[in-house]
Amino acid sequence: MQKNALHILLADDDEDDRLFFKDAFEEVRVQTKVTFVHDGLQLMEHLLTPDVKLPDILFLDLNMPKKTGKECLIEIKKTEHLKNIIIAIYSTSSSEEDIEDTFIEGANIYIKKPSDFNTLKKIINEVVTLNWHYHTSGLNRDNFLLRLK
Amino acid sequence: MKLFIKFDINTICTLFLKEKLEEQNMNFTTLGFGEIELDENLSVEALETLKNNLNPYGFEVVENQKSVLVQKIKDAIIELVYMDDNNNFKSSVFLAEKLNHSYGYLSNVFSEVTYSSIENFIILQKIERAKQLMLVNEMSLTEIAFLLNYSSVAHLSTQFKNTTGITPSAFQRIIKKRRENLK
Repeated sequence: MQKNALHILLADDDEDDRLFFKDAFEEVRVQTKVTFVHDGLQLMEHLLTPDVKLPDILFLDLNMPKKTGKECLIEIKKTEHLKNIIIAIYSTSSSEEDIEDTFIEGANIYIKKPSDFNTLKKIINEVVTLNWHYHTSGLNRDNFLLRLK
Repeated sequence: MKLFIKFDINTICTLFLKEKLEEQNMNFTTLGFGEIELDENLSVEALETLKNNLNPYGFEVVENQKSVLVQKIKDAIIELVYMDDNNNFKSSVFLAEKLNHSYGYLSNVFSEVTYSSIENFIILQKIERAKQLMLVNEMSLTEIAFLLNYSSVAHLSTQFKNTTGITPSAFQRIIKKRRENLK
């Protein structure tokens, strides 16, 4: 599919969830390189490090201590060199209001956190494939909205 | 008199490539060992020009034939989806005729390289066009369904929801609010 691995950044304060994602990424067909951060502050610090390689997709947990996912999302979208990163929000909340709200703030993908491993793998596959199409087929990223359950 | 000149092949090649790419106004990073990452995707013509510019010097752009075919399939699909009078074409026939391969072969190569099917890609592009028609041309769903050959508005709505996870009206609402936020 591509020579270089897809660079994924994942921000989540829960260690179990991080492991859950890590295992799932290892099993998807597309080659990925996953970096983890533990909370919102660490995430912003990482993204604002000079010369850091920006991720192709950022997976962002909505509920994090110190700085919430939503605060990070707003900050990223306001920062010129970060605002084009594709952002996948995931959360246990499935309130329509929360979902629409994060889309309006600029998220591209909203994932309802699944409880079983196979669903997670399926979701990640879908996100990665679709992101690749957006990358290579001249699709408009501003119109890239995807909700996965 | 005799001079002995020591040279480094790698430096020469890197510098030469740099010059040639700059001639074509490309932004790029060299990754070493002949690998170059371009900041944008090249059109088929630009890639041809680059190949022609490099060939006389013994440089050759190595490419994966299957990836090239997939790009051609994608281009043909986009052409089909953006044709305003595509009633007469069945996508499988259109692709097979345009690319001179059987649809079965095209379909296999596409899945192998992209991990997704041609059918899915066509739907993705149609929904993408529907989004544009909605936002840019401010067309109604009824008009869009007609233009894109859907049997009914309900069919378009369902496919939109299945592809993006949200309804067309929620999509419009979100983009509208996003734009208001930017003001």
